[in-house]
Amino acid sequence: MFRKLHDPGAQAVTVLIDGQPVIAELGESVAAVLLRQPEAWSRTTPVSQSPRAPYCMMGVCFECLVEVDGLGSVQGCLTPVRNGMRIARQQGPRRLSACRKLSACRKLSA
Amino acid sequence: MQEIVGMQEIVGMNANETDLLIVGAGPAGMAAAVTARSHGLSVRVVDDQPTPGGQIWRGIETVAATPRLARLGEAYRAGAEKAAAFRACGALYEPDSQLWQIEPGFRAFLTREGQARRVAARAIILATGAQERPAPFPGWTLPGVLTVGAAQILLKTANSVPSSPVWIAGCGPLPLLYMTQLLAAGGTIAGFLDTMPRGRIGAALRHLPQGLGRLGDLAKGLLWSLALKRAGFPIIRHVAELRAAGEGRLESLHYRTQEGREGEVAAEVLLIHEGVVPSIHVPLALGCAVSWHAGQHCYVPELDGWGETSQANVFVAGDGAGIGGAEAAEPRGRIAALRVAARLGRLGEGSADAAARTERARLARALALRPFLDALYAPRPQVFAPVDETLVCRCEEVTAGELRARAVQGRPGPNQIKAFTRAGMGPCQGRQCGYTMAHIIAAAQQRPVGEVGFQRIRPPLKPVTLGELASLDEREPAA
Repeated sequence: MFRKLHDPGAQAVTVLIDGQPVIAELGESVAAVLLRQPEAWSRTTPVSQSPRAPYCMMGVCFECLVEVDGLGSVQGCLTPVRNGMRIARQQGPRRLSACRKLSACRKLSA
Repeated sequence: MQEIVGMQEIVGMNANETDLLIVGAGPAGMAAAVTARSHGLSVRVVDDQPTPGGQIWRGIETVAATPRLARLGEAYRAGAEKAAAFRACGALYEPDSQLWQIEPGFRAFLTREGQARRVAARAIILATGAQERPAPFPGWTLPGVLTVGAAQILLKTANSVPSSPVWIAGCGPLPLLYMTQLLAAGGTIAGFLDTMPRGRIGAALRHLPQGLGRLGDLAKGLLWSLALKRAGFPIIRHVAELRAAGEGRLESLHYRTQEGREGEVAAEVLLIHEGVVPSIHVPLALGCAVSWHAGQHCYVPELDGWGETSQANVFVAGDGAGIGGAEAAEPRGRIAALRVAARLGRLGEGSADAAARTERARLARALALRPFLDALYAPRPQVFAPVDETLVCRCEEVTAGELRARAVQGRPGPNQIKAFTRAGMGPCQGRQCGYTMAHIIAAAQQRPVGEVGFQRIRPPLKPVTLGELASLDEREPAA
């Protein structure tokens, strides 16, 4: 859907999108990287499971909700990429298991 | 940039206390911070973006060091020195931070990197800017439909452009600016669906005399338009209705003009823009009075000459106070900061008045062309009256038809319709459906839209996880 006009060069990092390694540039947002993928969607809706993609890129539409390193409902447009970041498109409502790494959540779901 | 520990040494205060909390690091927030620091206040600036500059100067610090700076234009370039002055002013700057609640007193709650914290402040300046006006039409939720502002952010922060010739639809200075920037960057445009209704120039001209001091801005707009005409892509005028279609993503686009001319084109990316509206969620949540701005078709906070809201020591500066652009945002930020400095005894009333006079003159100059622009680029009526099948609430997937059907059953207001339909209850908290819902209610009940009001805004202002709440080291003070 979108293409990058330059080669990130020394700023290149690798992130995983649904397990697939993808080259990104340090400092750009998760949403910007998603929009360059052949499958440019970011989530499916909880109500009708329709695919959605980043829409506003400034934090007000919440269409770019993804799982980042196991944490659900993260706004991709407000999240800069890091090397090795694990990004998963969010299918339907946020999974409770997605927040297991936080001890408070583990206590609540136990 | 100072780290938290360094800042404690500088201001000699607890890391969770500050004289002035500024929300937003765009033109207004940065200007307010610099002014407040110059009068010795401790200042904390929280912003949800990773770097300063707001939307207009997104990514300026990174881009300033690259050749890309030249093709983004003069107004963007101007942000580099503003960001540098802000970095050097001694304010504690907290990027990547989401504000989700402010309690009287003031106690502000924010989240940064999964950790929630509380900050005590004596005064607050909300410099949260604006968002693009939601302009729903069938298919606007399909992947491939984005706002023009979103595409401009992708150009500034990721140097990315649509990978195939892009369709752009809308009205206002931003589409013209973006198309100019896109062509300069080597992007291609499939066509522009200009949604400005017929007769707008005549309606706007009566506001021109007061804007004569701003002929430079008008000339800039005309130059953009001429350059775009020369670029040779189709420009279709008076587009009134849009419809996007596709299986799982945008594939085609249908339009209809005011004159009834229709067309259908293949499209992979469609960018839309129908103006901008102030971000009023925080002032609404704080109980600040707002009133309807007929010229800008939105609510604006009720402010005194210093930008103070109906809630004492809560100020609004920048586009959140009413759309005025970056040039108006800066004096508004400084005026509010002067008042806070005087309130806290760091500046004499007389000195604050004198300094504010200069800033108010700047503000008046910056706003001189605004009534002309508001009249010229007023949204087409269809923006507020989408056809029944249109999803109005993107989060909870509620259609215009469902809202219309509810709106005529017993004259409900926005909060009742929200409860009936869930429209406005999703993660965006009405940021994408609030105005459309208000207009649908107004039309169904034959009331002026300004009388309908906005959905009640409740904390948290941004979604917070239980884990983040649990991370808050919060003990109730002993009674």
